[in-house]
Amino acid sequence: MALVRQAARIAWKDLRVELRSKEIITTMMFFGALLVVIYSFVFPNHNDKVMRWSVPGMLWVSIAFAGTIALGRAFDRERENDTMRALLLSPVPRLAVFLGKAVAMAVLILAVAVIVTPLLALFLDAPLFDHGGELALIIVLGAVGMAIVGSIFAATLLKVRSRDVLLPVILYPLLVPLFVAGTETTSALLKVPVDLETAWYWIRFLGIYDAAFLVLSMWVFESLVIE
Amino acid sequence: MKKHAVPVLAALGAIGFVVSIYLIFMTTPLEWGWDTRADRLAGSSLFFNQKIFYFHVANSIVLFTAVFVSGIASILFLWKRSPKADDIASASTDVAVAFGAATLVTGSIWAKAAWDVWWNWEPRLTMSLLLWLILVGYVLVRRFAGPSADRVAAGMAIFGMVGVPFIYTMVGADSHPNSGMNGTVFTLGARLVPPFLASMVTFFLWFAALVIARVQSTRDEREVRELREQGLDLGVLQ
Repeated sequence: MALVRQAARIAWKDLRVELRSKEIITTMMFFGALLVVIYSFVFPNHNDKVMRWSVPGMLWVSIAFAGTIALGRAFDRERENDTMRALLLSPVPRLAVFLGKAVAMAVLILAVAVIVTPLLALFLDAPLFDHGGELALIIVLGAVGMAIVGSIFAATLLKVRSRDVLLPVILYPLLVPLFVAGTETTSALLKVPVDLETAWYWIRFLGIYDAAFLVLSMWVFESLVIE
Repeated sequence: MKKHAVPVLAALGAIGFVVSIYLIFMTTPLEWGWDTRADRLAGSSLFFNQKIFYFHVANSIVLFTAVFVSGIASILFLWKRSPKADDIASASTDVAVAFGAATLVTGSIWAKAAWDVWWNWEPRLTMSLLLWLILVGYVLVRRFAGPSADRVAAGMAIFGMVGVPFIYTMVGADSHPNSGMNGTVFTLGARLVPPFLASMVTFFLWFAALVIARVQSTRDEREVRELREQGLDLGVLQ
């Protein structure tokens, strides 16, 4: 229980810093919106079939791009003031530091999805909210998975000069199953008639994926992030 | 013994190479091709191209093995902090990138011959590509991540290894099932088994020889660096 409280406190610290400066949230949301606008121009053929076929990809590519930027930026903040050391020295288990960071990251990534999803529905006329519950579930699972793996590697890359390029180089190959699960679920939900069986298959898949990587991350965080 | 490991393994590999080339080209019948529709060896859809199979499968199995070798070595490295485990992880990834490239190129040629496209997202091809991308990422991290490169790369190897079952499930349940080739080894005709086994052994010998050579050279590099530092400290070197 103490662990949860400590993790929540660290997550809340990150989110409070963000809520005061609003730096990452505003720029990232705007970036997400710009992506959707660019998609609408580069895939101009707005017929129903093309929309159902391309919107899932647009959604998950936006999450991938904006999420990477958020991860890099959020950890840069710890580096600039050299606060990562302070965080690691604080009298809480490293596990709490990791969990807190991951929760804060998941919230930031979700913020992008909150902007991108309605915009896709609006600009491309995608019926994304017909099965809003399932869609919300898969997006939350995707954000959580990305936050878990991303926090580990963003934290280990903290002192590396070329971290901005290396973070996606590491994350994207590892996260391919996550993006595939997200895209497959979204396109199953957009199908006519809707294919809930496939959607739930991939939701379960991503749930197991998240659980496996969460356990693994809790296991290796301490030995990877040593400063 | 240790000193001779590389030349011995390499020599055995060279012999194995000649033997498997001989077996592949002289003992297997030419007209046997893989009929993708019936999913069995029959007909003549591949002709000569079928011979790529022996090297392709051997290369890809080495690729898979390397992912696990470097994953397990990375766990050992993070756990015991032994530089030796790190050397093995790094060496096996380096080598596996080359084997993976061979897998992808041969797989692509096979796809062209069998299905008339260079790339068709056949599940195993997809899986090889994804594993190869993880390995290339590992090599890039290793090269450019500065002082913490060993830790970051170890993390990547471990995450990559744990991700394998997910990639496997993912490509297996892909919603676009293409021409599959299930149960490769078990359905081989009796005359195709010896060359297949010979090339498997050959590529594993090569893999072992290259990995050991790479580990030794890394260790020698470290030793030279340390000696140089000692020399600098003592004022012998400038």
